[in-house]
Amino acid sequence: MSGSNHKIVISARDLTKVYHMGDVDVHALRGVTLEVQAGEFIAILGASGSGKSTLMHIIGCLDRPSGGEYVLNGEQVSHLSRSALAGVRNRFIGFVFQGFNLLARTSAVENVELPLIYSGLGTQERHRRAREALERVGLADRMDHHPSQLSGGQQQRVAIARSLVNKPALLLADEPTGNLDTKTSLEIMDLFHELNAEGMTIVLITHEADIGAHARRRITLRDGLIVGEEGTR
Amino acid sequence: MNVLVLLRVCLRALLRNKMRSFLTMLGIVIGVAAVISMVGITSGARESVNQQIASLGDNVFMIFSGSTNRSGTRTGWGSRSNITSDDVEALRTQCPSVRYVTPSVRVSSQILYGSQNWSSQVMGVTPEFNDIRRYEVVNGRMFNDTDVRGAAKVCVIGQTVVDNLFQGSDPVGQTIRIRRLPFEVIGVLGAKGQAAMGQDQDDVVLIPNTTASKKFYGGDTRVNMVFGSAASAAAIANAQQEMTDILRMRHRIGPSDDDDFVIRTQADIASTVEQSSRTMTILLGSVALVSLLVGGIGIMNIMLVSVTERTREIGIRMSVGARQSDILWQFLLESLMLAALGGLLGVLLGVGVSATISKFAGWVTEVSPVAAVVAVSFAGLVGIFFGFYPARKASLLDPIEALRYE
Repeated sequence: MSGSNHKIVISARDLTKVYHMGDVDVHALRGVTLEVQAGEFIAILGASGSGKSTLMHIIGCLDRPSGGEYVLNGEQVSHLSRSALAGVRNRFIGFVFQGFNLLARTSAVENVELPLIYSGLGTQERHRRAREALERVGLADRMDHHPSQLSGGQQQRVAIARSLVNKPALLLADEPTGNLDTKTSLEIMDLFHELNAEGMTIVLITHEADIGAHARRRITLRDGLIVGEEGTR
Repeated sequence: MNVLVLLRVCLRALLRNKMRSFLTMLGIVIGVAAVISMVGITSGARESVNQQIASLGDNVFMIFSGSTNRSGTRTGWGSRSNITSDDVEALRTQCPSVRYVTPSVRVSSQILYGSQNWSSQVMGVTPEFNDIRRYEVVNGRMFNDTDVRGAAKVCVIGQTVVDNLFQGSDPVGQTIRIRRLPFEVIGVLGAKGQAAMGQDQDDVVLIPNTTASKKFYGGDTRVNMVFGSAASAAAIANAQQEMTDILRMRHRIGPSDDDDFVIRTQADIASTVEQSSRTMTILLGSVALVSLLVGGIGIMNIMLVSVTERTREIGIRMSVGARQSDILWQFLLESLMLAALGGLLGVLLGVGVSATISKFAGWVTEVSPVAAVVAVSFAGLVGIFFGFYPARKASLLDPIEALRYE
């Protein structure tokens, strides 16, 4: 999977992030440089407080860096407005969270449709693509179930379907197995492998080394700096 | 974001908490219903008062003898005093703008027929009274000028009197007694119903004014009041001026002294009614405004709770690409829907209340479509106004914080 002709999805240079907590400045990131090519499966590992959540937020365009440059899928996004960032998230990024973050009392298919609503797609096309995404994650028979009627693993599959539905450049998974038992965790990781094999770029953020081991490349963060990198692209 | 999709999202959010949505709307519902039904009742009432005023006759005026101030004793209007039947005759002949005019000499008396008796308003008038007040003789005839000149003891009676004294038999040709004097009934007036102030206009006995003066007041020609009508609506002001001039001259009132009579036109009465209904409208308007305001605050309160409750949902929506404006519109539309729906329910309730009142209380009510449209639009505005702050609060949430919210 290596080669210099691969498209670069994430190009981050010297990212810093400073939070002002009253009189104290907290340096969550102290200069992170990272490049991710299309089709990679990379894990960002680190203990809590290492800055991996902050990095995830910046990579996911939920937050802006205090310093440094971030180019996502060829677009300079470090200084975009909140609205523009919302658009970038909508087009380029699919999120998978630890807590699934599905809308309660809303059917699986409608949950999956949610990103498409904000990209202004028509009803027919939304339905079609949402069903397709649910079929892809193996929930063809659960389309109209509400999250409360689904198991944890199934809920996470719905969330993954939602992250795929906009055909993003990047799937960003934040502790995706944190709320799941070991067996289900493995199933979810298998799904990630499949998606990656189909060409999806995946960035996995986790503090669990054995989950991180599923990725082909692993970087370790500590105190806001990259302190280790292993594996290949 | 597509408006239809947005509408569906809002509707679903409202339906998810049906009871809460309903209770939130209730303030608006009650406010609007109160406005609609009250406007209906007042406009119905105004309509019937206008009809009653119109039933007085066309371009009608009345002259009362004014409060006089002789030797320090002041008397009220209409006390039997200083307008005589000669004054009335002068008005009849010398005022070109006056079409009809009649004196009215009041006699209160118990009226007897056989073993029956009834207390009624006996009025000494000229035949023109019927033209002015639009009474019609439906049976028999009205007394004529000859009867008036001869002070004939004849009378024309209203329906209420007929019902109470004759119980089904034909009154024409019968003799009734007024203060012991026999009067022949020569005509019966058609029913006219209640007057503006609620008096029964059919409880009346008309006799020639000359008869009233001669037989009951010993030839005193002073009258209680004068009824008349102007030649046209445009002539009312002229008529008023002409009559004032003549009466002042005849009563020898100096240029610096006040009139000793009062002329009231139909327009005066109508404007009094108009005034009171305007006061009523302003009063109702302020009640409505207050209740809509309270309803609006209720909406704001619930929307703030809702935004807090749904912080996570807002975070999810933002993470998948909802812009601030998308979130703002979502919540704004939700409060607008609450308010407008409350307004619609209020209109329905108001119409129902009006209908019930007109059915059971027998009042005429009239639901105005304009009031309904205005009330619903105003409710909608209240929704937008009070929904804006919560919606803005929602749209300004930080997506990261919102996603973390438990």
